[in-house]
Amino acid sequence: MKILVCITHVPDTTSKINFTDNNTRFDTTGVQFIIGPYDDYALARAIELKEAGGASVTVLNVGLADTEPTIRKALAIGADDAIRVNADPTDSFFVGAQIAEQVKAGGYDLILMGRESIDYNSGVVHGIVGELLGIPSISPVMKLEFEGTKAKLAREIEGGKEYLEVSLPFVAGCQEPIAEWKIPNMRGIMSARTKPLKVVEPVAVDSGVQLQKFELPPAKGSVKMVSADNVAELVTLLKNEAKVL
Amino acid sequence: MSSHTASETKKSLKQDLFEHPDFYALDDLLTEEHKLIRSSVRDFVKRNISPYIEDWAQRAHFPYEIVRKFGEIGAFGPTLPEEYGCGGLDYISYGLIMQEIERGDSGMRSTASVQGSLVMYPIYKFGNEQQRKKYLPKLASGEWLGCFGLTEPDHGSNPSGMVTHFKDMGDHFLLNGAKMWISNSPKADVAVVWAKNEAGRIQGLIVERGMEGFSTPETHGKWSLRASTTGELVFDNVKVPKENLLTGKDGLGAPMMCLDSARYGIAWGAIGAAMDCYESARRYAAERIQFGKPIASFQLVQKKLAEMLSEITKAQLLNWRLGVLMNEGKATTPQISLAKRNNVHVALEIAREARQIHGGMGITGEYPIMRHMMNLESVVTYEGTHDIHLLILGNKITGIPAFV
Repeated sequence: MKILVCITHVPDTTSKINFTDNNTRFDTTGVQFIIGPYDDYALARAIELKEAGGASVTVLNVGLADTEPTIRKALAIGADDAIRVNADPTDSFFVGAQIAEQVKAGGYDLILMGRESIDYNSGVVHGIVGELLGIPSISPVMKLEFEGTKAKLAREIEGGKEYLEVSLPFVAGCQEPIAEWKIPNMRGIMSARTKPLKVVEPVAVDSGVQLQKFELPPAKGSVKMVSADNVAELVTLLKNEAKVL
Repeated sequence: MSSHTASETKKSLKQDLFEHPDFYALDDLLTEEHKLIRSSVRDFVKRNISPYIEDWAQRAHFPYEIVRKFGEIGAFGPTLPEEYGCGGLDYISYGLIMQEIERGDSGMRSTASVQGSLVMYPIYKFGNEQQRKKYLPKLASGEWLGCFGLTEPDHGSNPSGMVTHFKDMGDHFLLNGAKMWISNSPKADVAVVWAKNEAGRIQGLIVERGMEGFSTPETHGKWSLRASTTGELVFDNVKVPKENLLTGKDGLGAPMMCLDSARYGIAWGAIGAAMDCYESARRYAAERIQFGKPIASFQLVQKKLAEMLSEITKAQLLNWRLGVLMNEGKATTPQISLAKRNNVHVALEIAREARQIHGGMGITGEYPIMRHMMNLESVVTYEGTHDIHLLILGNKITGIPAFV
């Protein structure tokens, strides 16, 4: 089984968010980048399948050269090789189209990725890839087991869980508890040095999305404590200060 | 040893938020690989050590399962070659690994650095190919735990006075004597033991658990390094096979070479503990309100934090430069002494100051401070006491050895 794991290169969850160029670009100064946490679960499950025998794992990232340390980490965790599509991942359709192209070229059986990235959180790339390739796309997948070539999946749905059986090939958007995040070990870090990382140029895509500008959410106001027996003051505050009544 | 089992370990609900201070942008001097090594070991510590360490230390419980986990991440002998199951990493990487583990706990770092620098290193450096192949892969993976026997009850700073000795009996050696303050000994599968031969020369022998007459009683009642296990090595007419002799080097210089490697790791490790104390104090000072404002707004608290950061930054620079010298094979024993003594000393001072910033909370297991402080009280005298390192430097400066 050939597994392709698509990873995003995203700011660490504790990063301070700022914008530059008149609020049209994310300011990466001082920001630590990590493998998208949901993608990290997908990668961990792929490595487990590889360790169980009979699978190879390729990681793919759509990004410029600065994403390579993130890709090397995925190789250190245990992926066999990597592909970087040399392009700024401007929008979900563009990224989905690049992934679909690489799946066609590489003949992958199983395409795993996070349920969503944690920077722009659109959560639609797995669907786009499935649609472009005409194969099933399932998300958010919390469990993925194989019986022969049949996959048994559990996915979260509104108010419950859905259990599915799917044949290869398919796309899955993953989330916990599909696997536990893997920490690279020292031997993995050393061997990642020499694992193949292929850089390919993107295919042309008519992008339907134009980014206008970024805006930070309004700063949180301070909290005012009102004693429980002082309802009159609370009502006055809600009317005059918060202006919600 | 506590009777509690690992499954009874209490997990702390507190999240480990540690991030290292890097005031002089020393990260710019590291490669992407170094940074990945550091972040991986930090993640390892946050997952496997931080949630449990207060409980282990309070109960004086050595979590034996950590040995396998250290093996899996590659914390044992990371600078030794890959062909023996080791990492083949450089000395900056080794330093960063020790820094991150000791940021979690000095006792945990002791377990790792004894195995790597004091057991695997001499087997690699002074052992033959057969010994390397037999012991190194099992020690690297954590299948076996090792310890290092140099210090004796009556010979600490003066190891050349050791009385442990062995006799050539024709088809084996007969080993007699005792070692004390041996990290890992109660659980160790193998011990690298330094003893005098009949000519009075110090040589290394590999002693294995199960050899008749060899026992490892545990040292109880420590107020320091409580999550690591310490004991004695007792040799009562132990028959050691001849192939277990380390023939690559004899004399006191051999164990001293091991100590150089371990002391280098301690110089980095101690600053890990110091950074944890500093970061905890910085966060606590910003949150703790007295006289209507955070205590971080008081000048005397700022003075403490400013001094801590200054010392940490200086020590980070020292470690980095020493690491480069180690990589080039140029680091000298006095240079390593300077870093070990300085860094442990400043770490201990930082822990004490951080304790004051935390007030009463600083003496509880809610914060790592008192644990680090008590641990560092051992680190300041083991692997060459603070004073002995001053004398090694004094000897270097004046050419006059003051300790003989």
